[in-house]
Amino acid sequence: MSTEFIRVDGRLPDQLRPIKMVVGVLDRADGSAYVEQGNTKVLVAVYGPREIHPKHQASLDSAIVRCRYHMAPFSTKERKTPAPSRREVELSKVIKDALSQAIFLENFPRTSIDIFIEVLEADGGTRCASINACSLALANAGIPLRDLVSSVAVGKYKGHIVLDLNDEEDEVAEADMPIAIMLSLNKITLLQVNGVLTEEEFKQAFNLAVKGSMEINRVQRETLRSIYASIKGEED
Amino acid sequence: MKTFKVVSQLVRTRIVDLLNKNSRMDGRGLLDYREIKVEKGFISKAAGSAQVSIGSTKVLAGVKVELGEPFPDVPDKGVLTVNAELVPLASPAFEPGPPDENAVELARIVDRALRETETVDLKMLCIEPGKKVFVVFVDIYVLDYDGNFIDASSLASILALGNARIRKFRVEEGKLKYEDGYIPLPIRHIPVTVTLAKPDDGPFIVDPNLEEEFSLGNRISISIDELGRICGIQKLEGTLSVDEIFEAISTAKNVAPKLIEIVKKESGLNV
Repeated sequence: MSTEFIRVDGRLPDQLRPIKMVVGVLDRADGSAYVEQGNTKVLVAVYGPREIHPKHQASLDSAIVRCRYHMAPFSTKERKTPAPSRREVELSKVIKDALSQAIFLENFPRTSIDIFIEVLEADGGTRCASINACSLALANAGIPLRDLVSSVAVGKYKGHIVLDLNDEEDEVAEADMPIAIMLSLNKITLLQVNGVLTEEEFKQAFNLAVKGSMEINRVQRETLRSIYASIKGEED
Repeated sequence: MKTFKVVSQLVRTRIVDLLNKNSRMDGRGLLDYREIKVEKGFISKAAGSAQVSIGSTKVLAGVKVELGEPFPDVPDKGVLTVNAELVPLASPAFEPGPPDENAVELARIVDRALRETETVDLKMLCIEPGKKVFVVFVDIYVLDYDGNFIDASSLASILALGNARIRKFRVEEGKLKYEDGYIPLPIRHIPVTVTLAKPDDGPFIVDPNLEEEFSLGNRISISIDELGRICGIQKLEGTLSVDEIFEAISTAKNVAPKLIEIVKKESGLNV
C-alpha cells in the first residue's frame, strides 16, 4: 500500500477519523449511547428486554430484536424525507442481524429488545457508527453480550484501499465495504460489498477493516471502562 | 422470517451430520446447484422477461422500459430500478402488503450487482441530459419458495435484461425519434449471485434449499461477474470467521462461471 497517499481530509489510507463515544446519554431509555466518527453523529437508545407488542411476534424460546435505523431530515446535504427509505429498511435489517449474534437472546424468552438509531448527521459510515453505538447502548442497558460488536468501513477510493470513508470519498469511491466483527470470538457479523473489487483487493481491504475495528473496539472498551470503573470507585 | 422454522430438530441434525460426511439429503454434492431451468420471453407485454427455476424455487422477472427523468446527480444517464415482491402465493410465510425487509434486501442485492458493474450501459439510454431518459424497471416476482431466492432472482433479472427489446430509436437535437424494428438493451456484463451456507461446525454448501437454509444458520451471498470480479457481498444470517469469508469467496468464484455459462447460453449475450 502506498502510504504517501494523502486523503481529502488529510488522513493516511489506514487512518480513522476522530472518534467520540459516550454512554448513558438518555434518561428514559434502558441503555443509550452517542457516537461521533468525524462529522457522522449517531444517537442510539435501547429499550428492553421488555414485553412485546404486538404479542404474536413473541418467540417462545428467545428474545427478539427489533431495530430501526433512521436518518434525521437535516442529517444530509439535501433534506431527507422522514418516511423510511428502502435503504433504511435494509440497514435496519443488517444492523439487527449484526447485533443479534452478540446478545444472549435465549436468556429472555417472550421479550423484545428494541433498538432505535437516529442518525443526526451523515458524513459516511453511518451504519458502522450505528453498530458501534448500539453495542455500547446494549452494554449500558445491562443486557448480557457475548462480545462487543465493532464496526468500520473500508473502500477503494481512486485506486487506493482506504479506511473509514467520509461522504466526500464515498460518493466517488469504486467500492465501499462495511464490516462488523466480534473480535475476541473472531466472528464477522456484518459484511457487505457495494462496488467492484478483485479477490486480491478484497483481501487487502478486509484485513485493513479488521485492523481498523481493533482501534474502534479499544475506544469502545475504554468508554465503558471509564464510566463503570468510576461507579465502582464511588462505592469503594 | 421465523415463521419458516418448520424444520424438525431431527431433520436439522440429519442435514448437518450428512454435510460432515460430504453429502446432502437430496443427494447433491456440496457445491452443486439444483437443476436450473430457464424460460425466456414468458410475458409478451414486458420488454423482457425470464422465469428461472432452481429446483422447485421459481422466480419470474419482468423488464419494463419507460420514459422518465434522470437523477439530478447523473443527468446524462438512464435509470435502472430493481424491485422485488415476495408474493403470498409463494410461501405460507409471505404476506400481502408492501415489500418487507426481506424483499427490500433481495431487491437491493440484485440491484447492487447490476449497478456497480454498470451491466446496463445507462449512458446509451439518455435522450436529453437532465430532462429525458429511459427508465429500466426490473421487477422480481418470487413465485414458489424452496430456498435461495437470491440466486434465482439474480439469474432471472440478468436473463430478463438480456431478453429485453426496446423500439429502435435515434436522438436528434435532444428529441427522441423512433425507427422501425427493435433493439436489445446495451448489456455489458453478466453478474451472477452465489449463495453459500454452512453450519457452525461443517463445510460450506452452495444453493441451500429451504430446509438447509433454516438448519445451517450461517449464510452469505456473493456476486461475481464474468471477469471474476467481486461485485457485491451480503452476509445474511449468522456469523462467519475471517478465514471462512475468504473460503466463501474463492468457492463462489469457482462456482459462478457455471451460472454465467447458463446465462450466456440462454440469452446469447456475448460480453
